[in-house]
Amino acid sequence: MNKLTIRNISKSFGEKEVLKDVSVVLKENELVCLLGVSGAGKTTLFNIIAGLLAPDCGEVMLEGNEVTNQAGNISYMLQKDLLLPYKTIEDNVSLPLIIKGMKKRDARNKVAEYFEEFGLEGTQKLYPASLSGGMRQRAALLRTYLFSDQVALLDEPFSALDMITKGKIHRWYLEIMEKIKLSTLFITHDIDEAILLSDRIYLLTGSPGQITKEIKIEEKRPRDDEFLLTSEFLNYKKEILESLQE
Amino acid sequence: MRKKLQNTIRTKLPSFSAIIGILVLWQIVSSIGLVPKYMLPSPAEVIVAFLNEFPLLMSHMRVTLVEAFFGLILGTLLGFLIAVWMERFPKVYQAIYPVIVITQTVPTVAIAPLLVLWLGYGIAPKIVLIIIVTFFPITVGLLDGFHSADKDAVQLLRSMGATKFQIFYQIKLPSSLSYFFASLKISVSYSIVGAVISEWLGGFKGLGVYMTRVKKSYAFDKMFAVIFLISAISLLLMKLVGYLKRRCMPWEEK
Repeated sequence: MNKLTIRNISKSFGEKEVLKDVSVVLKENELVCLLGVSGAGKTTLFNIIAGLLAPDCGEVMLEGNEVTNQAGNISYMLQKDLLLPYKTIEDNVSLPLIIKGMKKRDARNKVAEYFEEFGLEGTQKLYPASLSGGMRQRAALLRTYLFSDQVALLDEPFSALDMITKGKIHRWYLEIMEKIKLSTLFITHDIDEAILLSDRIYLLTGSPGQITKEIKIEEKRPRDDEFLLTSEFLNYKKEILESLQE
Repeated sequence: MRKKLQNTIRTKLPSFSAIIGILVLWQIVSSIGLVPKYMLPSPAEVIVAFLNEFPLLMSHMRVTLVEAFFGLILGTLLGFLIAVWMERFPKVYQAIYPVIVITQTVPTVAIAPLLVLWLGYGIAPKIVLIIIVTFFPITVGLLDGFHSADKDAVQLLRSMGATKFQIFYQIKLPSSLSYFFASLKISVSYSIVGAVISEWLGGFKGLGVYMTRVKKSYAFDKMFAVIFLISAISLLLMKLVGYLKRRCMPWEEK
């Protein structure tokens, strides 16, 4: 069964049509990417899936249940890491559990188990300001995962990082995804990143945004940097670039 | 540690020497008789007056501090409640905010006699006056602070299904802390000034009462002594707020 099904979503803001008849499917353990130029309504779509915004028509189904316009079901990591500067890393990461009504002490105990797995050991009592960009991103991802280990939406999760940090965190991300089995839908405008990380890619283009193409990346995960230099990789890239030109 | 001390000395040196300069200049003006002694006592005379009057000043100061303390606590509490109320209900904000601004345009000295007539010569009119002058900076500061909360952080919590109260408690309240402490610094000095002004207009004890008494006897040296004492108290209390802020907001430390 599909983890997440988005069916025929359309949305306008006043006169401006932002999304038109968008349908997206996410299967269990899949990493699916929405690739598109700026202004194609990617973030609007994510806000709709997360239940923060009501679509004009269409529906969002989570494991067969309708969750259209209902917040609190799907993990959502916004563009910035949004670690709260006044909370220590452990309390930042505990936040989703606290929101669900867990006691602070219990939440801290529960999150402690994950720090090593996410490469964050020793940062529990630190404030976000003293962490590097890559570490902050890891903490934000752990927080997202702790909200729901089912489905996560990541809005340009790595776009704020420099090239070298980005490469490192891609490798880390592919590794951790093998371990935690989180079905993920993520947004990017970086074509290399999309091909490297995803099982499938949806191209969301135009104004209003529409799904114009779906590409399956056959290469087995986890992939390493070598993959970036193969002819398969370049063929995918060519296919995407051509589709974006149209 | 040593380096820190040296740093402090270096940054404080200019203002420190300016103050010393002014005092020396003042001593000279007074000593060569540029201004008659009975109108402007020299700094040395002020210090002597301060030491002579010390026990009396302290007993008056205690009364003023008690008034300022209770007034400030209640004013801060009221300011906080009003800010939260306005934040929660935008209609309340629209209705109440202009009224509150108008209350602040009425000069303190003008309402003080009225309060004395209504509430007598005891501590009540003093505390009410201090509440009136201290709640406003707190309310305005907190409202600004609530609005400064990161909109995306609010969205993130909404996506987690957080309630309005959780969003307030986890995001808006902590975001307003630095605004709150900036306001508290203002309110602390207002509370002392408010206490002194209300004592001028009636009362049995307090630095304001002491001031009116020494004024009537033209004791300029004592006047200056009490003025310096009042500003020293305000300065110390503002320092205390700074210390409290650092304790409450450890993440701001480098």
